[in-house]
Amino acid sequence: MASDCWSLPETLCRFPAMEAKTLRLMRKSIDDGFRDIVRSWADIIDAATVPLQMFLNTLEHAFTDTPWVLVLGLLLAAVWGTARNWKIVLGTAVALCLIGWVGLWQDTMVTLAMVSFCTLVAVVIGLPIGIAAARSDRLQRLVSPVLDVMQTLPSFVYLIPVVVIFGIGKVPGMIAVVIYAVPPMIRLTTLGIRLVDREVTEAAEAFGSSARQKLWNVQLPLALPTIMTGVNQTIMMSLSMVVVASMVGVGGLGKNVLQAINNQFFTVGFLNGFALVAIAIVFDRSSQAFGLRLQKHREAGHD
Amino acid sequence: MTDATPILPADDDEDPVTGRSGIEIRNLYKIFGPEPERHIAAVKAGLTKTELNRKHRHVLGLTDISLSIPPGKITVIMGLSGSGKSTLIRHINGLIAPTTGEILHDGADICRMSPKNLRAFRRHKTAMVFQKFALLPHRTVLGNTCYGLDIQGVPRHESEPVARRWIARVGLKGYEGAYPAQLSGGMQQRVGLARALSTDADILLMDEAFSALDPLIRLDMQAILLELQGELHKTIVFITHDLDEALRLGDRIAILRDGRLEQVGTGQDIVLRPANAYIAAFVREVNRARVIRAATVARPVVAGGDLPEFAVPGTEVLETVARQMTAAGVSHARVLGRRGQVRGTIAISDVLTAMVTPATAPEHELAKG
Repeated sequence: MASDCWSLPETLCRFPAMEAKTLRLMRKSIDDGFRDIVRSWADIIDAATVPLQMFLNTLEHAFTDTPWVLVLGLLLAAVWGTARNWKIVLGTAVALCLIGWVGLWQDTMVTLAMVSFCTLVAVVIGLPIGIAAARSDRLQRLVSPVLDVMQTLPSFVYLIPVVVIFGIGKVPGMIAVVIYAVPPMIRLTTLGIRLVDREVTEAAEAFGSSARQKLWNVQLPLALPTIMTGVNQTIMMSLSMVVVASMVGVGGLGKNVLQAINNQFFTVGFLNGFALVAIAIVFDRSSQAFGLRLQKHREAGHD
Repeated sequence: MTDATPILPADDDEDPVTGRSGIEIRNLYKIFGPEPERHIAAVKAGLTKTELNRKHRHVLGLTDISLSIPPGKITVIMGLSGSGKSTLIRHINGLIAPTTGEILHDGADICRMSPKNLRAFRRHKTAMVFQKFALLPHRTVLGNTCYGLDIQGVPRHESEPVARRWIARVGLKGYEGAYPAQLSGGMQQRVGLARALSTDADILLMDEAFSALDPLIRLDMQAILLELQGELHKTIVFITHDLDEALRLGDRIAILRDGRLEQVGTGQDIVLRPANAYIAAFVREVNRARVIRAATVARPVVAGGDLPEFAVPGTEVLETVARQMTAAGVSHARVLGRRGQVRGTIAISDVLTAMVTPATAPEHELAKG
């Protein structure tokens, strides 16, 4: 079989890999070097992490400690504010009540706190990068492969260095979620701005707009539907990352799913899974309705 | 053919204009590509567009354009697609920078302005109307009309009355709150026009402004433009590929072909004396009765001869003159100048001859072109 190797010499048959010893040495020196660096920076990293950790805890408590009636009321008001659609508000109310009824209220609140904050961070980071990449072809060429890596690299892989640096807890979880959720925000912002009708941006220039005026008067408003799709995608992706983030110590629905996998709790797994789906649908419908509402002016009449 | 009809100097073209500055384009060259400077010398020495494209992969946009655009007049730049007309108009407000050459307005070279000065120039001196309207879809008619003033930093309580006035002036009163998507093409372009007029800029650049409109709407818009121009006397540069539109609107017409100016003159000049075969072919199908004016075909008054009773204004085109003369049942008329003086006489046969004789290029030009 392999021994005669189609009568080819050994090197052409079995791939000539690097010696196991060399590989081991390489691995060891990189890992140790990295660990040493992290150790020597530990104080600074802690100083940066602790306030963030505290903020995340406070946010979580704000969601979990407030009486559910109040939270429910606020959430419904927020959904009404973005969607202006009674059907979506009603759907949200039903979904949340069901979640509470099966005893997942607290966990859902934890997840909700995490997802809202991660989305906010992703938007705050993604929007300016997206705008910058829309303006400069060179930056776009630089950013694009990085985004490809961020989206395709299995999240477990970058969880390793994140955990080495930040340890276990909410902060590494948040970082993992943001890394995973920010690419669509950047990509769709860039795309939206680049797709703005050239004649309209030319008109902005012809009337003497500065770069800032062009951005605020023309590019952002016209790119807004696409940017809103980006926000929507970012929300969906942070929700889907919640389970993975639970592996590094983020609580909530994700943790329950993880436990259900480990213990083969069929019902628990599905209940938590469906709770996640319900939140996803609520977020999706309200953000889409919001995006649609922004485009009211496009409806209509001629052409 | 040699032109048998004597051509009197057309006095309607000598309209003295206010002391405003026109635009002076001098030796403008534009090469598109990564390294235009490397090839400019060769182009000036006579390298053709095709050779430049084949050998160096650069596109020659404009070649040695020198054109003076008089203030207070409509100058039409006419050419087919790819002739460089849109490139040329974008040089006037600096949206495109030339490879070499200068564009002077009020003693300043637009091509060498700092970004800040250029922005100020665009804000206060020029306004532009676009082929596909280029309105902001998320702003109402009022918001769009205020746009130029917004950019200048004029507060809304000052800009809105101005905008409302122009909206009414272009015939859109009552549509202030409508969004562009709710309007027809013709109405959208009226908004485009109102937006351009509201900044009170002296120079109005119109890039195929009416080309996307239906023929009837286009005629409407041309009439609106002419009516407004009768009042405002702006320096208008109008781009079109439609010769009829050029003849209707243009005080002066510049014909562009492959990035070169082929002929510059009044509509009559171009129809009666095409500079070469290309232009002759272009103007052959034109309705000459709507272009040639009575003064052009009038015969000088013979000393001692009788003057006909019936009078027609010299600035009137032959179509109107013919209608007036046949309606009055006369075969001869006197032609009056701008101030009512007699400039010559005209016979109905002269009118007919001028209407039906197509122009051809002079022989020597045919050989060249």
